[in-house]
Amino acid sequence: MTRLEMTRRTALLTSAAIAANVANPLRAFAQESPKKGGVFNVHYGAEQRQLNPSIQASTGVYIIGGKIQEALVDLDANGQPVGVLAESWESTPDGKTITFKLRKGVTWHDGKPFTSADVQFTAMNMWKKILNYGSTLQLFLTAVETPDAQTAIFKYERPMPLGLLLRALPDLGYISAKHLYEGSSDIRQNPTNLAPVGTGPFKFNKYERGQYIIADRNENYWRPNAPYLDRVVWKVVTDRAAAAAQMEAGDIQYSPFTGLTISDTARLSKDKRFIVSTKGNEGNARTNTIEFNFRRKELADIRVRRAIAHAINVPFFIENFLGDFAKLGTGPIPSVSTDFYPGPDTPQYPYDKKKAAALLDEAGFKAGSGGTRFSLRLLPAPWGEDISLWATFIQQSLGEVGIPVEIVRNDGGGFLKQVYDDHAFDLSTGWHQYRNDPAVSTTVWYRSGQPKGAPWTNQWDWKNDAIDKVIDDAATEIDPVKRKALYATFVKEANTELPVWMPIEQIFVTVITAKARNHSNTPRWGSSSWYDLWLSA
Amino acid sequence: MRILSLAGRRLAASIPTLFLILIGVFLLLQFAPGDTVDAMMAQMGGGDAATARELRKFYGLDLSIPMQLGNYLWRLIRLDLGFSSIYGKPVATVILERLPPTILLMTASLSFAFFFGLLFGVIAARGVNKWPDTLISTLGLVFYATPSFWFGLMAIVVFSIYLQWLPAGGFEDIGAVQTGFGRTIDIALHLILPTLTLGLIFLAIYLRIMRASMLEVLNLDFVRTARAKGLDETRVVVRHVLRNALLPMVTLIGLQAGTMLGGSVVVESVFSLPGLGRLAYESVVQRDLNTLLGIVFVSALLVILVNFLVDLLYARLDPRIQAEA
Repeated sequence: MTRLEMTRRTALLTSAAIAANVANPLRAFAQESPKKGGVFNVHYGAEQRQLNPSIQASTGVYIIGGKIQEALVDLDANGQPVGVLAESWESTPDGKTITFKLRKGVTWHDGKPFTSADVQFTAMNMWKKILNYGSTLQLFLTAVETPDAQTAIFKYERPMPLGLLLRALPDLGYISAKHLYEGSSDIRQNPTNLAPVGTGPFKFNKYERGQYIIADRNENYWRPNAPYLDRVVWKVVTDRAAAAAQMEAGDIQYSPFTGLTISDTARLSKDKRFIVSTKGNEGNARTNTIEFNFRRKELADIRVRRAIAHAINVPFFIENFLGDFAKLGTGPIPSVSTDFYPGPDTPQYPYDKKKAAALLDEAGFKAGSGGTRFSLRLLPAPWGEDISLWATFIQQSLGEVGIPVEIVRNDGGGFLKQVYDDHAFDLSTGWHQYRNDPAVSTTVWYRSGQPKGAPWTNQWDWKNDAIDKVIDDAATEIDPVKRKALYATFVKEANTELPVWMPIEQIFVTVITAKARNHSNTPRWGSSSWYDLWLSA
Repeated sequence: MRILSLAGRRLAASIPTLFLILIGVFLLLQFAPGDTVDAMMAQMGGGDAATARELRKFYGLDLSIPMQLGNYLWRLIRLDLGFSSIYGKPVATVILERLPPTILLMTASLSFAFFFGLLFGVIAARGVNKWPDTLISTLGLVFYATPSFWFGLMAIVVFSIYLQWLPAGGFEDIGAVQTGFGRTIDIALHLILPTLTLGLIFLAIYLRIMRASMLEVLNLDFVRTARAKGLDETRVVVRHVLRNALLPMVTLIGLQAGTMLGGSVVVESVFSLPGLGRLAYESVVQRDLNTLLGIVFVSALLVILVNFLVDLLYARLDPRIQAEA
């Protein structure tokens, strides 16, 4: 009975607060001053094998590890690099030496001081050797020198553009404590990975597999008066519909990275208790793809690839299936990436069924008996509802121009194996994740010479010397203006040759309680440390 | 002593089956494309080929399939279930952690289904073709035909969101650290909705079986004799009919214990319970062979155990059936 009365009472208070906010939302915001305390419950959809962001770059790790451990830099509200554990940085003119000055007076959660030795250890043993994407980014890192406890000097064999490093480090620059990993025979199996120790605003408390993870307020956090929250709890809820129900019941306050179904998200966006938005996820943009396998002689013909693109009515699909949270894409670099986006004036393939048919005829694939030209196997990735819908839409669109498509569904491991290792696909579709700089995880989709089996890389049996050269030049170009120009050329070439088509741009959707303050205020807020997040009464 | 030797013989007879099941599951999982490293890459969002190679070596995936199977069986003989690649812990520990919620949920819903199935079955049989029978049979059909995830979600909507009587999910309250009796009550509250959801489908089956079996026994000669002796109807039903009508129900329990272990994946996901069903599902998706085989092993043991208990119960209910027969 007590439980019932308590929740009823809380419910009444909540509705009163909402009513006040609705009556005059602006005033309600302006008058509030940050309030300390409170527990923030987060929806955690897929448990990972570990929680240390220094050895695994994925949102599933950042959402937890990013509150406990900190990176050298993060992105500020305008998407520009801002120091976290690093206070300042500079590069030599040749781009081969980058010096970071580290923050003083920062301690690990176990009380030991944070020093340049931690940076050196993490960079050389984790980023360079284990961290996905980190190992590519730091391929030419030869050493990290530590003249004193507050200075870390990164030495590169080839020029490293400072802008690239600073845009990659918010994701690929988390620091781990040397004293907890040193001498560990296998860093991957170190128990600290499941009970992380960091310098961040929240201290790891408990991980109950399959149920929840708890982190508590770090009393000795280096930012004054932060954090505001007493505790963050991540609740493992694998069923998306159940997660939405728990949000409505008030058991969960935040579902990050499009964690709910499209229909539940649309429903909650009309509910005054929640805010549904893409804000705070601009740094986690992704594009929907169609990947072509050049081992099929039909697809190796550029006219066929273009015909396929012309045959699909993308704006119709977005409007009717994805709604407000997606928009028409124009290539591998999404429009939210203002530093590199070359604009929409690159080769595009608007919906034109007649042109598609004409191109297919011209390529010599005339419609045979029953209107069939040739048939294809399409492998959709199992990551999201949108991919599944998109696959069905591709199937129906291509069916209309005489290309029957068979959809072959797999789970995650099966999909990666069949597409990127066995190459057993004609078309495949999934997400290309853009990580703030094209050199981090975008150009690998186009650069030839990728090792067989490496997921999300060019496994199409396609090679273009011009594009390879542009990619290599841009990766070591130190001048930001020239780099941007090189990437504009890259997009133009990529859209002309069309080994992969990226016609839809999406940003993850956040569903969060209307009581949260200071939320979604940076482009990678879901992954950031939440030191300034607080809950209004 | 007799029971012990019986148990020993039963177990010995089950061992070949158990091994066949394990080998079957092992081979079946080899047909699924991708291994645990692929699944890990999918989770991480990418990685390079050298890392993948190193990981495969670490998990022992660089060996040939017969070698892997041989290694596994050899470890099993020494009662070692191996190491879980997703949890980084021995499989036995992982399963032990997940076993209590599963067994609690299974026992609770089986008891619920059995008790109410029995009650409603008797009521329906007593008033056969009258309104109680029609009502109960119709409800039973509705329960049986409704998918359990829908039941679960609707139960959450009604009891957790709208009425706010019961928690929407989880195994216990995380906020407060509770001990002793408070914790028991808390866990019980969390288990009410999952138990109902999982139990309703089985309830429908039990009540149908109970009704049919009651109707059959009610027409037998000894019931007529009992009535002719002048016993009142309640006494006839409770003392004479019920005991005989129970046998098919007991058989069903033995059969369904296994189904419930596997069938709880949906319920566990909807109510975010850390049970064996979800663990098994995750192991398949993550291609964590050791964990999956471990679960199959433990579930098979549980099913064998339950069926053994059922056999003992038979003998008690009906002395004509000897435990040794």
